[in-house]
Amino acid sequence: MNQVKQLSKERLEEFEEILTHFPNKKAALLPTLRLVEEEFGYVDTEGCRVAAKLLDLSPAYVYGVLTFYTHYKREWHGKYRIMVCGTLMCAISKSLEIVAHLKNKLGIEVGERTADGKFSLEKVECLASCGTAPAMQINDDYYENLTIQKVDEILESLK
Amino acid sequence: MAFEPVLLKYIHEDRSREMDFYLSHNGYEGAKKSLDMSPKDVIELVKASGLRGRGGAGFPTGMKWSFIPPDKKPVYLSCNADESEPGTFKDRYIVEGDPHQLLEGIIICCWAIQSNQAYIYIRGEFALGAKILKKAIQEAREKGFIGKKIFGKDFDLDIFVVRGAGAYICGEETAQLTSIEGSRGNPKLKPPFPAVQGLFGKPTIINNVETLANLPHIMNNGAEWYKQFGTEKSPGFKIFSISGHVNKPGNYEVPLGISLKELIYDYAGGVRNNKKIKAIIPGGSSTPILKVDQIDIKMDYESLAAAGSMLGSGAITVLDEDTCMVDAIWNLMRFYHHESCGQCTPCREGTGWLEKIVARIKKGFGTKEDLDNLLEICDNMQGKTICVLADAAAMPMRSYVNTFRNEFEAMIKL
Repeated sequence: MNQVKQLSKERLEEFEEILTHFPNKKAALLPTLRLVEEEFGYVDTEGCRVAAKLLDLSPAYVYGVLTFYTHYKREWHGKYRIMVCGTLMCAISKSLEIVAHLKNKLGIEVGERTADGKFSLEKVECLASCGTAPAMQINDDYYENLTIQKVDEILESLK
Repeated sequence: MAFEPVLLKYIHEDRSREMDFYLSHNGYEGAKKSLDMSPKDVIELVKASGLRGRGGAGFPTGMKWSFIPPDKKPVYLSCNADESEPGTFKDRYIVEGDPHQLLEGIIICCWAIQSNQAYIYIRGEFALGAKILKKAIQEAREKGFIGKKIFGKDFDLDIFVVRGAGAYICGEETAQLTSIEGSRGNPKLKPPFPAVQGLFGKPTIINNVETLANLPHIMNNGAEWYKQFGTEKSPGFKIFSISGHVNKPGNYEVPLGISLKELIYDYAGGVRNNKKIKAIIPGGSSTPILKVDQIDIKMDYESLAAAGSMLGSGAITVLDEDTCMVDAIWNLMRFYHHESCGQCTPCREGTGWLEKIVARIKKGFGTKEDLDNLLEICDNMQGKTICVLADAAAMPMRSYVNTFRNEFEAMIKL
């Protein structure tokens, strides 16, 4: 199959730099998947091929590693990937009410994306924000001490 | 409350992340001092301080280092910044608020174990923390504290940040190493222990962020100074992450051996809405639960072990009188089932059954046999797997059933 996707020159330089910190190529896989994620906005099977080629690994191996982890941005995620913590410390601080509110407001279930591709919703495990519960992440940003009103304001700001 | 924080002393300063600010309060002096000593003397000093690992297991740090065989090279350090035990949020605080304190600790450790390559394995969600660390590493590189011939000595050190990607299991040391090697985060059987055969098959030390952050202070002030805090077997101070139904949740740094009651009422402001406490998780979600009548317990490794629980990572979660304990443990079993890597059958299947049976009880479809079944499943998990994730699920499960059996029975009778 022809490879259509490729990392930009800057990211390829970054990739070369990453390799210098490891004794072998395979070890650079997790950081390389991050480069793929940055470059294309998500990691799909095509992105796995890009990483595999750079690291002399099989695409199947790369896909196996990718799918072990939950945090890489995947093709089905929205532009704004909403991840609400559902683990005990947040759950006893009413984070599940936040999830219910988001489902209602966005008209999607957990694990779905809005039709316009803007938002996706996930219930995730402990974000290490137990002292500022309930908490969620949208892409790389933390939002903590959430209330329904605060969630509405955050969504508004992302339009 | 006379104790003045050491690790968190500067965390609220505006410029706490910056090199200039860090240098203005004796920064990197501990690292310089250690490089003037022999690696063996540094290890002896840390041993003498009695510092124990702050990630959860509480293993003596200096002793761990001394397991590195003298003739095998290279040696690696993995700084564990995966912070994924539910309830724990202290390492994030150090990484985001005082990154140079951590880097200095890494330098001291690497000198002691003669490692030229350290990795900071940071959980994927901490994108901000990773960015802050990379900037701090760059600053330290420019000063000559990291890189070739650090501090002008004949010693090279590279520190590289590896971002995890959402897997609780990668906080487990052997899983962390397989993850750094570019694999699915599956734990490995011990022995061989990582100190002998770890990352890339080479001797490797895995130390928690808070553990490493203690090192500059021990180097600067000595073992005797360190031992004046805490108890005989649990010397020093510790950051406790307090969450749940308290008025002022947050990170509080105190000497080990403080009473749990003092932490909850004097530091965390007592229970929300003046409710009564029902139960307390003392050291992270995998530690056996305490009842409110154990609130006078001293928060150190040996006192909690004597009470049948663990200090763990020092993550205290307070559950008030309105908390349904069946619901609480269901949430945690769901967590462990989700996070089991699936390698070992007792864990993969066991966590799933614990979740399913508790869910059934919660919905009112529980049977009389269910409670004994839960305990039997725990028996079939603990000690029967490659890593301790199975134990981390079975320990709380068992303790919730044994301590709050009446709540489970009430739901079964409904």
